[in-house]
Amino acid sequence: MSEWLDDEAGPVVRPYALTRGRTRASREGFDLIAIIATAATSTFAPPNAGPEHVAILDLCVRPLSVAEISAKLKLPLGVVRVLLGDLLDLGLIVVRRPETENRLPNERVLKEVLNGLQAL
Amino acid sequence: MDSRRSDPSRGAAAMPLAVKILVAGGFGVGKTTLVGAVSEIKPLRTEEQLTDRSVGIDDTSGVERKTTTTVAMDFGRITIRDGLVLYLFGTPGQDRFWFMWDELALGALGAVVLADTRRLADSFPSIDYFERRRLPFIVGVNCFDGAIQYDTEEIRAALDLDPRVPIILCDVRRRESGKQVLIALVEHVLSVMAERQRQAGAVIR
Repeated sequence: MSEWLDDEAGPVVRPYALTRGRTRASREGFDLIAIIATAATSTFAPPNAGPEHVAILDLCVRPLSVAEISAKLKLPLGVVRVLLGDLLDLGLIVVRRPETENRLPNERVLKEVLNGLQAL
Repeated sequence: MDSRRSDPSRGAAAMPLAVKILVAGGFGVGKTTLVGAVSEIKPLRTEEQLTDRSVGIDDTSGVERKTTTTVAMDFGRITIRDGLVLYLFGTPGQDRFWFMWDELALGALGAVVLADTRRLADSFPSIDYFERRRLPFIVGVNCFDGAIQYDTEEIRAALDLDPRVPIILCDVRRRESGKQVLIALVEHVLSVMAERQRQAGAVIR
């Protein structure tokens, strides 16, 4: 099969084919360390879901960060964000956003991190 | 279907809060080694693809080429407690990926800039970046075997570093050493916060 593909063609399936050409997630930015979990209500994936959507739902039975989903599924971050946007629109995942609004981190969280590191 | 999916006890409340620390520095200075030394998981790699629609200036054929660049970031994880997870991100090496740095720096607790005394200049861009962003950082000097040892004040002078920014000598291959670097960073972040709060208070009064 590869004999009629030249170097310019790149991978057989370009990543954004999985997102039907979309490069931007619907409404949520999906921070690198936003935590994603499969919603308790999503007992099955919708019929038009692609295998990558299903893979995310399977993976996030245990909550995982956006970065970990990208790494474990070997999909670029941008692609993962589009797929997560689809799942969020369908109510199949829940998101916990990191605290990024404040300029300074939460002091209580910092002290917990310090104690945690000292106990390592 | 997986029965765990319909577990009603799981929901947003059971989801951990994630925080992050950045590990920056020049190419080959040991960023991923540090991440791997302290991480509870083998470092993972996430990638972002950028498509540049670039027209080659020297290209007389006038053919527009699309080039895809991949920016890779290695990261690790430390579970602080149930419900609180710390991620450690190595910043992409090339300076032209500043947009990824902006995303990484957003909401970060602080940063470790790793430096190698044989190539101190490689850490200038990282130091400049965090100074401009006012993101608290410390400098970890990775002492490779056979590297010429300098004292921290010589290094501070060479880096033109604020006297309040800690410099830690470390060996990032060792877990204990990596742990001490992270502890020094978080202690520094706490002191920077206290200092900024004092300054803010002084302005109000």
